[in-house]
Amino acid sequence: MTQQNRLQSGGRIDRSKSLTFTYNGKQYKGFQGDTLASAMLANGVNVVSRSFKYSRPRGIVAAGAEEPNAILQLGATEATQVPNVRATQQELFNGLVSQSTNGWPNVDTDVMSVLGKVGGKMMPPGFYYKTFMFPESLWNTYESLIRKAAGMGRSPLENDPDFYDHINQHCDVLIVGAGPAGLAAALTAARSGARVILADEQSEFGGSLLSTTEKLDGKPASEWVSAVTEELRSYDDVMLLPRSTVNGYHDHNFVTIHERCTDHLSDIAPVNQARQRLHKVRAKWVVLATGAHERPLVYSNNDVPGCMVSGAVSTYINRYGVVPGNELVVTTTNDYGYQSALDWHDAGRKVVAVVDTRANPAGERVDAARQRGINVITGSAVIDVQGSKRVSGVSVAPISADGNKVSGSVTKLSTDTVATSGGWSPVIHLSSHTGSRPIWNDEIVGFVPGPTVQKQLTAGGINGSYNTNSVLSEGLEAGLKAVAEVGLNAAEVILPIAEDVKEGAAMTLFHIPHVKPTSQAPKQFVDYQTDVTAAGIELACREGFESIEHVKRYTAMGFGTDQGKLGNINGMAVAAKALNKTIPQTGTTIFRPNYTPITFGAIAGRNCGALFDPKRYSAMQMWHVERGAKFEDVGQWKRPWYFPQAGENMQQSLDRECLAVRDSVGILDASTLGKIDIQGKDAREFLGRIYSNAWAKLAVGKCRYGLMCGEDGMVFDDGVSACLGDNHFLMTTTTGGAARVLEWLELYHQTEWPELEVYFNTVTDHWSTLTISGPNSRKLLAELTDYDLSNDNFSFMDWKQIKVAGVPARVFRISFTGELTFEINVQANYGTHVWEKLFEAGAKYNLTPYGTETMHILRAEKGFIIAGQDTDGSVHPFDLGMGWCVSNKKPFSYVGKRGMNRQDCVRDNRKQMVGLKTKDPKMVIPEGAQAVLDPNEPIPMKMVGHVTSSYWSANLGHSIAMGFIKGGLDKMGETVYYPLVDGTVIEAEICSPIFLDPKGERQNV
Amino acid sequence: MFHIYCPHCAEYREEEEFHAAGQAHIARPLDPEACSDKEWGEYMFFRKNPRGIHHELWVHAAGCRKFFNMTRDTQSYEIKEVYKIGEKPSVVAE
Amino acid sequence: MSDLNVMTAAEMAATKAAVMDQVPGPEIQGQSPLHHADLDSLAKVGPKQGGVHLREHKLLGHLTLRLNPENDDQLAAAERVLGVALPLQPLTSVENGSYSVRWMSPDEWLILVPGLEAFDVESKFRDEMGGHYSLVNSSGGSTVLELSGPDVVELLKRCTPIDLHPKLFPVGKVVSTVFAKSSAIIRRTGEQRFELVIRRSFSDYIWLWLQETSREFGLVVKV
Repeated sequence: MTQQNRLQSGGRIDRSKSLTFTYNGKQYKGFQGDTLASAMLANGVNVVSRSFKYSRPRGIVAAGAEEPNAILQLGATEATQVPNVRATQQELFNGLVSQSTNGWPNVDTDVMSVLGKVGGKMMPPGFYYKTFMFPESLWNTYESLIRKAAGMGRSPLENDPDFYDHINQHCDVLIVGAGPAGLAAALTAARSGARVILADEQSEFGGSLLSTTEKLDGKPASEWVSAVTEELRSYDDVMLLPRSTVNGYHDHNFVTIHERCTDHLSDIAPVNQARQRLHKVRAKWVVLATGAHERPLVYSNNDVPGCMVSGAVSTYINRYGVVPGNELVVTTTNDYGYQSALDWHDAGRKVVAVVDTRANPAGERVDAARQRGINVITGSAVIDVQGSKRVSGVSVAPISADGNKVSGSVTKLSTDTVATSGGWSPVIHLSSHTGSRPIWNDEIVGFVPGPTVQKQLTAGGINGSYNTNSVLSEGLEAGLKAVAEVGLNAAEVILPIAEDVKEGAAMTLFHIPHVKPTSQAPKQFVDYQTDVTAAGIELACREGFESIEHVKRYTAMGFGTDQGKLGNINGMAVAAKALNKTIPQTGTTIFRPNYTPITFGAIAGRNCGALFDPKRYSAMQMWHVERGAKFEDVGQWKRPWYFPQAGENMQQSLDRECLAVRDSVGILDASTLGKIDIQGKDAREFLGRIYSNAWAKLAVGKCRYGLMCGEDGMVFDDGVSACLGDNHFLMTTTTGGAARVLEWLELYHQTEWPELEVYFNTVTDHWSTLTISGPNSRKLLAELTDYDLSNDNFSFMDWKQIKVAGVPARVFRISFTGELTFEINVQANYGTHVWEKLFEAGAKYNLTPYGTETMHILRAEKGFIIAGQDTDGSVHPFDLGMGWCVSNKKPFSYVGKRGMNRQDCVRDNRKQMVGLKTKDPKMVIPEGAQAVLDPNEPIPMKMVGHVTSSYWSANLGHSIAMGFIKGGLDKMGETVYYPLVDGTVIEAEICSPIFLDPKGERQNV
Repeated sequence: MFHIYCPHCAEYREEEEFHAAGQAHIARPLDPEACSDKEWGEYMFFRKNPRGIHHELWVHAAGCRKFFNMTRDTQSYEIKEVYKIGEKPSVVAE
Repeated sequence: MSDLNVMTAAEMAATKAAVMDQVPGPEIQGQSPLHHADLDSLAKVGPKQGGVHLREHKLLGHLTLRLNPENDDQLAAAERVLGVALPLQPLTSVENGSYSVRWMSPDEWLILVPGLEAFDVESKFRDEMGGHYSLVNSSGGSTVLELSGPDVVELLKRCTPIDLHPKLFPVGKVVSTVFAKSSAIIRRTGEQRFELVIRRSFSDYIWLWLQETSREFGLVVKV
């Protein structure tokens, strides 16, 4: 393949390094230094996509982030597919595989375009709202068809082989954009000793200077760029980030940068190199030197491939050595538009005409064009374009001085390329990310950044300054200001001088008139990516949408992945004209992060796979894994759920584990319970204020169960606390509640009762808690200690400091199963040792490891609640039938007391915790099932409660459940019904939730 | 993402180290039993939601675990000041 | 089996705070939180070259001391026990031989001592110090990782939002902060050397995290 549009010389490409790439299965060649877009243009590729709504062929329009059409699918293999890549931002590499994302069967022959052409009128703005939203049930069907036709790219079906990185950065000054303004700012800050980050989305620094023939100090601008870049590289505290798009500007100068580390090298990143990196930067000052985007004019058929913005044409010629066509017509409102004609002419190709809307243009560029013999047609505009897959000609007509009407006869010119310039739009996106509203500036005919609370400075094109000398000096000024603000002495920087080019005044014009009214003229595109036309915006205004934010949402203008970088201002201008307002009167438009699309990989970073969320393990985790435990997530903890043996299903495991505990002895790893060490002379008083029950008289060596309530009186956590010394307690919390309870204690101590002498420290991870439970637990423990474990010496709710298997331990005689139980706490470094010793000694007692599910069943047989399962923040201790755990004698009005005595908390008929015994003992009510009193009542039935815990009890030979019933404590023996989704109804009798050993004799032996 | 100065650690830290704990200066009534249901309900549930200056309680959860107060503009997200528990704000709504 | 460690009810009642030598005799080897990772074997067979070096300082004594920093008697008592004054400047640390003390909060310090000395040090505090204070042995709940090497700062920037620039994070500075999706106490012990105190239950996650984030530099495990 020949690169028919490639110049023999010039540009910043390396012609000695030829690269092969494919587009839609066809092989092409380009050079090192090309973007995919420049290489496609070099090869004369015209059609890069089909439009979203009308399926019109589209070509490359721009040369950077603002490109709306050349959005491709990349990837040589299934696993490396990347959707929505801008060809103008993708550097070419050898073996790059690209695909257009829309058009069926392909972009060159697209059957959907028939609908687009014939049925164009059938798809006005709001078409989707009007047509596809009803019936709503079919939306999913419509959506998949629309997506297929619209072509959004696709995600890979296989795992991405690359890894993505996140990194935190800090600096004095972050400079966004390494064009002339950014480089000047960076040089000033760096020389003055500031910590500087300079980020630019392009592969090399220089910005607009890379695309011009402009000279600085009489030398090519690129020489200054290289010298500055070299100097910046020499500073330790300067970080240079090319290929890095500053994507989001957030509160307090927090800025995210998306760096494409290896996207330019190959389909898969080199070994051990991150493909992309997200920098999370905290900058003391931010300098936005983001430049400006050229605004195309809106004229009929302005989307035919070959229509480009003027500056992009210059960029392709000067930077990439590509002239994207043979003949050029320029249509412009200003002097800048002439530059592409000059560059095109100097590249040796034919400029058909420059069509200028101004009657008497008179700047130096205009003169230069005339000197070259270029045909300059004044007071006129390109009003229409011929051609379908490539421009074949244009219609030129004189227009009125106000730009509103065609004022003369139409001439046709033959050309294959149209360059357009309607002026420049400052790239204010980042500034508006933090909520700052842009301000309209009549002088530059564009929005500039508005007032902001961020420590933000702006320089160059973003301010509407386009003259290189002013751009450079604004950069210098911003650098000096930032340096002063961070308290450094400014170093001297002498700026280079550019040749001043005299410019004539530009004409303010956005929408070029046609001989027909807008509604009947051939389509005049405002937003290419979402196929929004001038006629569509006018229609939206006629239909009553007056605010630009509403117009945008109705027409979808600006809602493409380009966020309307080219089209928004034109759209606002069209709306303003239709509404007979000024542009600022129609409102401003706020851009939101991200500036350009970012990959999911970069967002996820390393937080995927095994690292998606931390997994917390107890000291005995390896034992559990080796024993084949199934695990349950409890917060971030992985807790053994049950320990299946060969051939068992889950229920069989649970039955075996439950019976083993009640018949002999089982062991539970309870290490995950929250543990808080409390010391200080007021520890006891503090517990009394935080728990609902009394703690004043708990003796050293004793343990007590406590309920913790919020100020509303509702239970939020529970656990056993032990009195270790007069001034020393160990509190246990639920596994999931540990951090919250500690913060709760600190909150009350630090903000309400700082006078109480008490300190709290977490010891959750410090202790391993090995709970042996069952009638043989004493015998088992006796094998590992000489201590007298008799009931007289070591009673229920005592704790003792003894050695177990040679390891110092605190052993608590408390029980959550209702069986004789010893909770052995040892320093976690010794947890596995003691655990294994228990198993060595426990073989003769059939010591059975059990998991959380068996624990749940055994405690439910005893009617013990689990905070968070049987409570939901709306039940107080009395609702739970746990009035025994509430003290009204405490002098201090503890947390929860006043709340649980509110009118609503003491009314009749509150939902109360009861036991539920099914009529059919084999039926287990699903947890969450709603109770009704009359199963035959028509829907909606009156619901009187719900089930919170429900299990099969192997010990009892029937199902058991706990749940809430309105006024349940007074309804013992009554029947309630649980209608299920499958239409069946489970009948149950209300009973005490204590199904086993109501007197507590088993735990107290 | 806020950048928050911890008055105890005496330096700025990232927001992810902190937890917001609601409106500041909500004192627990000294005699809850003397409160009517309405008063207690106001203490528990009713909070300001101003546009502009607001005083908030934060805790440096991943750092020194100390609570402190913050005066913040809820519209611009500017943090006007941080101050320790027991201290009074110097920036207040007009 | 010895019952030397058993306290009578009377002894316990007389004690304001319960103190226990939690470490058994030398015949029972403790297992650090990263025991399962078998770092000793990795150090033998793993790569010897890399930008980040990792070493676990296992089974140290971790003591959390809380007291009133305005109580001169308590400060003096702490200095008598540790041989060095408690650091009162936020985010600083001091060392005295094998003892190291980290400021954690205006009223909190983390003291690391050799594993077998934890009980002695705790007992000395109990003997020396009066008034309202708290001392908690948390040795089983954490472990210490030492990270060093030419790329150690680059690695840590991927783990924590703390600014590690040497001007702002000099040797001796200590912070308690977020570390990936967990937390860590980070102390700079050399220009290119840091100490991490991490929680036991999160240690496997952090070990996996460090292996993943050091891929670009190469990780050398050391004994």
